Amino acid sequence: MTPTIFLQQLINGISLGSLYGLVAIGYTMVYGILRLINFAHGDLLMFAAYTAIYCVTLFALPWYVSFPAAILMTGLMGILLDRAAYKPLRDAPRISLLISAIGASFLLENVALVVLGGVPKAFPRPPLFDQVISLWGLRIQVLTIYTPVITLSLLMGLLFIIYRTKAGKAMRAASKDFETTRLMGINLDRIIAVTFLLGSSLAAAGGIMWAMKYPQVNPFMGVFPGLKAFIAAVLGGIGNIVGAVIGGFLLGLGEILIVALLPQLAQYRDAFAFVILILVLLFRPTGIMGEPLTDKA
Amino acid sequence: MLRVEDLHVYYGGIHALKGAHLKVDKGQIVTLIGANGAGKSTTLRTIVGLVKLRSGSIEFNGEDLSRLQTHEIIKRGIAISPEGRKVFANLTILENLELGAYARDYGTFNTQREWVYSLFPRLKERERQLAGTLSGGEQQMLALGRALMSRPQLILLDEPSLGLAPLVVEEVFRIIQTINEEGATILLVEQNAMAALQIAHFAYVLETGRITLEGTGRMLLEDERVRSAYLGE
Ligand SMILES: Nc1ncnc2c1ncn2[C@@H]1O[C@H](COP(=O)(O)OP(=O)(O)O)[C@@H](O)[C@H]1O
Ligand SMILES: [Mg+2]
Repeated sequence: MTPTIFLQQLINGISLGSLYGLVAIGYTMVYGILRLINFAHGDLLMFAAYTAIYCVTLFALPWYVSFPAAILMTGLMGILLDRAAYKPLRDAPRISLLISAIGASFLLENVALVVLGGVPKAFPRPPLFDQVISLWGLRIQVLTIYTPVITLSLLMGLLFIIYRTKAGKAMRAASKDFETTRLMGINLDRIIAVTFLLGSSLAAAGGIMWAMKYPQVNPFMGVFPGLKAFIAAVLGGIGNIVGAVIGGFLLGLGEILIVALLPQLAQYRDAFAFVILILVLLFRPTGIMGEPLTDKA
Repeated sequence: MLRVEDLHVYYGGIHALKGAHLKVDKGQIVTLIGANGAGKSTTLRTIVGLVKLRSGSIEFNGEDLSRLQTHEIIKRGIAISPEGRKVFANLTILENLELGAYARDYGTFNTQREWVYSLFPRLKERERQLAGTLSGGEQQMLALGRALMSRPQLILLDEPSLGLAPLVVEEVFRIIQTINEEGATILLVEQNAMAALQIAHFAYVLETGRITLEGTGRMLLEDERVRSAYLGE
């Protein structure tokens, strides 16, 4: 492999990895607070992509209005998901919550299938993201560059919220101890809603970028990126936000480089992520950055 | 200020409180003493709405608390230092104090924080340290300070002396008295009956969910039954 191709693949890997990372943040945030793998999280990518499509085609809004609108709607959808599927089960055994998450995921996918149909829709990629730049003999789509930049900016913003704002401090408190958090006069349900709002909005940003990268949108488009992002969250150490992004980068890079270095394994590309998952769970269940998370009362 | 009457609380089939009552007047230190498992923590947890009552009433400044959620009760002006201190180990000391003031507007935050630091100078030195790095005694100070941050009308303390060295215990009780002298009303739950009765204006003895004895701190200190059951004589 020539250095140029290697560099090209490196950039592709970083770009893909940053998408995984962006979506992984939502898994890790919800897990940090509820100790729940929100299996419906991946379907929010699909929800965001369709919402963006309909904002552009149905309401003829420009992309710079449609995309933020879709992100906001998906954030609210995340809150609705919590209210409908998880909040009634706050005091129930954890396994009930998990089953509810799987049910919510199937529900979202199949409602989308019935309402929107199974035929993939083309995603209207704004020309701005279509441009190709040439650099050191490489031809790179600007979207590939924007993706990690957007991810890292959103990560910075999120860290600011979590470490510097009142709500963020309440979120960190709630991730350790619900009861004492409530004893501070904090409305716990509202803090959980904020968590879903943030995590889902980031998933929406990820979903829109995913749809620009692979502009075929269908009701099941969130399943694989969702699973990969979940694996990235586990790899980085579930519950740890920076870890989720690092896990995403590593997974994306690993996937692309394996295919680049060993082309005969190309059709096993998706299996790579699951092998990583199994290895992490076997040898380092707390992931790269994770500390052992205690069960919560 | 606080009036609890005929309180019945169940944990599933366990009848934990069987008609407990108590009253706290403004400016007082009232203590609730009793053996392990008597229902002291349950009483406090019911007042702040973490546990729901089956029957009875809890009134704070004339308002019924039993229908309110915990965060609404705290906003009415009640703060608690829970059993086992429960500081947020993953947050800094300053952040713990900030969360203590969560229910209040931030306008008075700095004055309140300086007051807490004057009571507990060691907290100020370690402001930026994670609360998990503090010793047990320091964590208790933080839990007390955190409860004071909301400028509460009523402070509930659940066994603040539990598991602390004798010297630290003394300090804790001294600070409780200081806080009271500066105007705070306190409901103190303790197993350390001797120390609690000495600083209390009024006291209740709780036994398996019922109040079996009540009177001024001094009266109970001299009571035969209290002396034999709780003061080890
Ligand atoms: N979460 C709970 N579930 C079931 N029983 C409980 C629970 N908490 C307390 N109890 C029971 O209620 C009674 C009173 O407990 P508690 O209020 O903690 O007593 P104290 O604080 O006086 O030691 C005890 O018999 C205890 O076993
Ligand atoms: Mg107790």
